[in-house]
Amino acid sequence: MIAKPDLPQGTLDLLILKVVALGPIHGYAIAQRLQQVSRDVVQVPQGSLYPALHRLENRSLLAADWKDTETGREAKFYRLTRKGRAQLEAEAASWQRLTEAVGLILKLSAGGAQ
Amino acid sequence: MNWWQRLSRRNKLEEQLERELRFHLDQHAADLIANGYHPAEAHRQARLALGGKEQVKEDCRDARGTRWLEDLWQDFRYAVRTLRQRPGFTAVGALTLALGIGASTAIFSAVNPILFEPLPYPHAGRIMMIWDTYEGVRCDVTFHTYRELAARSRSFEAMAVMEVWRPAMTGAAQPERFDGQSVSASYFRVLGVAPALGRDFQQADDRFEGPHVTILSDALWRRRFDGDSGIVGRQITLDGDLYTVIGVMPPGFDNVLAPSAELWAPLQYDAGNIADQESAEWGHHLHMVGRLRPGVGIDQARRELNAIALAPVPESPRPPWAALKYGLIVNSLQGEITRFIKPVLLAFLGAVTLVLLIASVNVTNLLLARGAQRSGEFAMRAALGAGRARLIRQMLTESLLLAALGGALGMVVTEFGTGALVTLSPTGLPRAGAIAVNGAVFAFAFGITAFAGLLVGLVPAWHAARVDLVTGIQQGSRRTAGGRQLVRRALVVSEVALAIVLLVSAGLLFRSLERLFAVPPGFDTSHLLTMQTQYSGHRYDDGNARRRFLTQALEAVRPVPGVAAAAFTSLLPLSGDQYGVYGTRFEDGRSYDTFRYASTPGYCQTMGIPLRRGRLLDQHDTAGAPRAVMISESLARRQFPGKDPVGQRLHLGPLNGPWYTIVGVVDDVKQGSLADRQGDGAYITPAQSWFADDAMSLVIRTHGDAAALAPAIKKAIWSVDKDLPIVRVATMGALLATSESQRRFAMIVFEAFALVALVLAATGIYGVLSGNVTERTREIGVRSALGASRGDILTLVVRQGMQLTGLGVAIGLIGAAAASRALITLLFGVSPLDPVTYFGVVTLAAAVSALACWVPAWRAARVDPSVTLRAE
Repeated sequence: MIAKPDLPQGTLDLLILKVVALGPIHGYAIAQRLQQVSRDVVQVPQGSLYPALHRLENRSLLAADWKDTETGREAKFYRLTRKGRAQLEAEAASWQRLTEAVGLILKLSAGGAQ
Repeated sequence: MNWWQRLSRRNKLEEQLERELRFHLDQHAADLIANGYHPAEAHRQARLALGGKEQVKEDCRDARGTRWLEDLWQDFRYAVRTLRQRPGFTAVGALTLALGIGASTAIFSAVNPILFEPLPYPHAGRIMMIWDTYEGVRCDVTFHTYRELAARSRSFEAMAVMEVWRPAMTGAAQPERFDGQSVSASYFRVLGVAPALGRDFQQADDRFEGPHVTILSDALWRRRFDGDSGIVGRQITLDGDLYTVIGVMPPGFDNVLAPSAELWAPLQYDAGNIADQESAEWGHHLHMVGRLRPGVGIDQARRELNAIALAPVPESPRPPWAALKYGLIVNSLQGEITRFIKPVLLAFLGAVTLVLLIASVNVTNLLLARGAQRSGEFAMRAALGAGRARLIRQMLTESLLLAALGGALGMVVTEFGTGALVTLSPTGLPRAGAIAVNGAVFAFAFGITAFAGLLVGLVPAWHAARVDLVTGIQQGSRRTAGGRQLVRRALVVSEVALAIVLLVSAGLLFRSLERLFAVPPGFDTSHLLTMQTQYSGHRYDDGNARRRFLTQALEAVRPVPGVAAAAFTSLLPLSGDQYGVYGTRFEDGRSYDTFRYASTPGYCQTMGIPLRRGRLLDQHDTAGAPRAVMISESLARRQFPGKDPVGQRLHLGPLNGPWYTIVGVVDDVKQGSLADRQGDGAYITPAQSWFADDAMSLVIRTHGDAAALAPAIKKAIWSVDKDLPIVRVATMGALLATSESQRRFAMIVFEAFALVALVLAATGIYGVLSGNVTERTREIGVRSALGASRGDILTLVVRQGMQLTGLGVAIGLIGAAAASRALITLLFGVSPLDPVTYFGVVTLAAAVSALACWVPAWRAARVDPSVTLRAE
């Protein structure tokens, strides 16, 4: 079994915002989606998912409504606020820059060793 | 959702959180079951994946961001519960703090408007008062000095002068005399206040022999004219002349320069008589104010006016007494009107701070004692996971809640105290009308309550948090750490020391007043009724009419039953009269400032002023007779040491007047106050005076109760002239009390504070000792089992208490010696280190603390050794 890497600090919020940006979604589905999309690489610790959701809701990046699911049960659906969308764009861009920079550095050091 | 909504909807949020997590678990389990898991196993797996529902919930609550508030709410409810469990403790603590907070707030309510708040005028800080000086003594300015300064100065945008104006209104049921001011045209512009109705004075109103116009106060307008808005333009009769009302001041106008003034008229001095040095325009009898231009500082204005003073110009020739060569004084109006009361109020602030400190120390001690009893509880809570910070927060919440209770009760004390302060306040207290329990006072009370709550809670909280788990739980609440006892003793010592400072201050003031009232005023103050009559109308333009009235009035008053003797005088001792000082110049050219008494024959007999030499003035000293004067003993001694002054001559007032021959010497009389050192006086008859006074005081020596005679006397005077206003009816005893009202005010307030301090300090000693006895019950039991007598035990406890007292007294005496210097302006005839006061205070403190020690000591002596030893 391949060891799953830990989620880098602060990226959970970004991932949640991205998933929620696709449309209103409840907590359990967010966990499922994150796992499926990342092909099981990203294993979200479910225990920290809900505090993160509540924190984002508290910061008005997410809003929530109670709605019925397709199975007819009532669940708390999260959606992105305008503020959340702006935050997502800003964070995604900065993540992009960071990964590119890290990638460049890694290539450079690989070239240096040869 | 704001934090308040989140808090108030806490239950709903909790329920939603539960539903959300339940949904998650059910959904997860359903998926697992769909994948072939056994339902029970599926639910177990789901729970494992989530990782402890309660932990997740707790994390979510933290994420909500209202955690601190929820804790606070919990602490608060817990504090309410603890305080309610011990109603006795809570009541004593809250009442003690209420005294401290209430007294502080009451003093603040008086001090704030007088000293701290700006005067109720726009840019009040720019209003200055200007005085002339002569040989270092400040004096009023002359009209021509004002004219010269107003013309030459550039620092002020407006300047004004004013003097007292007391017009009478006749024709109504009873003649009435008003307090008013004669002012130069720009007086209200200097203050920055305009009439609410009509118009302000203009330059055209304020000229020699100008129109009779007047502006009324709002109060007078409502009282005498029913607030009739058609008043402007109407004419009213004042002193027999028709005055046109041109304006009414706004209702809130606080005229700090003459708070009792109800109407104003233009000064109308003669600007053209500058060459006539004998004119009133060259007399020192005008108060002067000015409003600085924006951006001009007080120092700049001082420099400018003093430069003008030292550089006379030919167009403004100055007589020697107004040559301005000693310089001018420029001070802020607020500083000037609070000049005398400021040291008193600052002393009050200091004293009330001490009271608050003592109260806080007392409550700290109570809380420490509580903490000792509750150490088991704290140890238990710490063992269950409460952090040290959380424990401290809990204790502080309790002390803050206690302080809040104290603060709320304190507002009752404040309401009462502020009322008492206003009632007791000395006559002429500036801005007395602004003393009230208002928003600023509430804000102060709130702040000081929070301060007191933290102050009394810090030490106990720190002690509570230091609790040692094991010993705390094991030993329960029986024993305490030695450190706590040490702190409590130190607090009691400081409490005694603070109380000593207050007691010494109160004692010194008390002794001062005692000394002061032992000073002979120079006449007999008992059975003496006084009142002032004011000549009103043109009937009295002639001096002879005035003198005729005096004779007729005395003839009417003397037969009234109960009257032993009666006389008129232009200047009444201890009445607060400020005017009446004239230069007395002897033949050798030496001159002195003396009080001029124009009094009818029989004045000294009526007042009981003893004759020392020569003769008294009598009915033969009439207008045509040689001019005769009596002088006071101090003046006689100064001018004629070792010689008989009778037969010598002097000038009184104007230098071109006639000589007066000294016919007698009488005892010195205290004119302004018993504390006066200077009492030079010269007595002449009204018939021989160079001018006839506008107002004369009638003094009546009575056989019985002086006050009861007032109506009969008034009737007798009105039988001579029914239109003559009679004002200021008072017994000499009342005048005497009023003349010392400021010192008495200070003394009463300090005595109240000292009493509170003494009681608090005594309860402090009692509290510590009785707590100590309870904690040492076992030791005491052992001692008596080993043969210590009841007397031994008694001595043991009392000695411990008295040691604390002794240390506190010693520190307190040092503090008192330093603090009493602040009181020096209020003391009279006693040194700030008066040994009698210090000895008395130490005796009192020792007696009271002995009493406070006795009760716990007696309880200790009754400890039954068999019971205590078995109980352990």
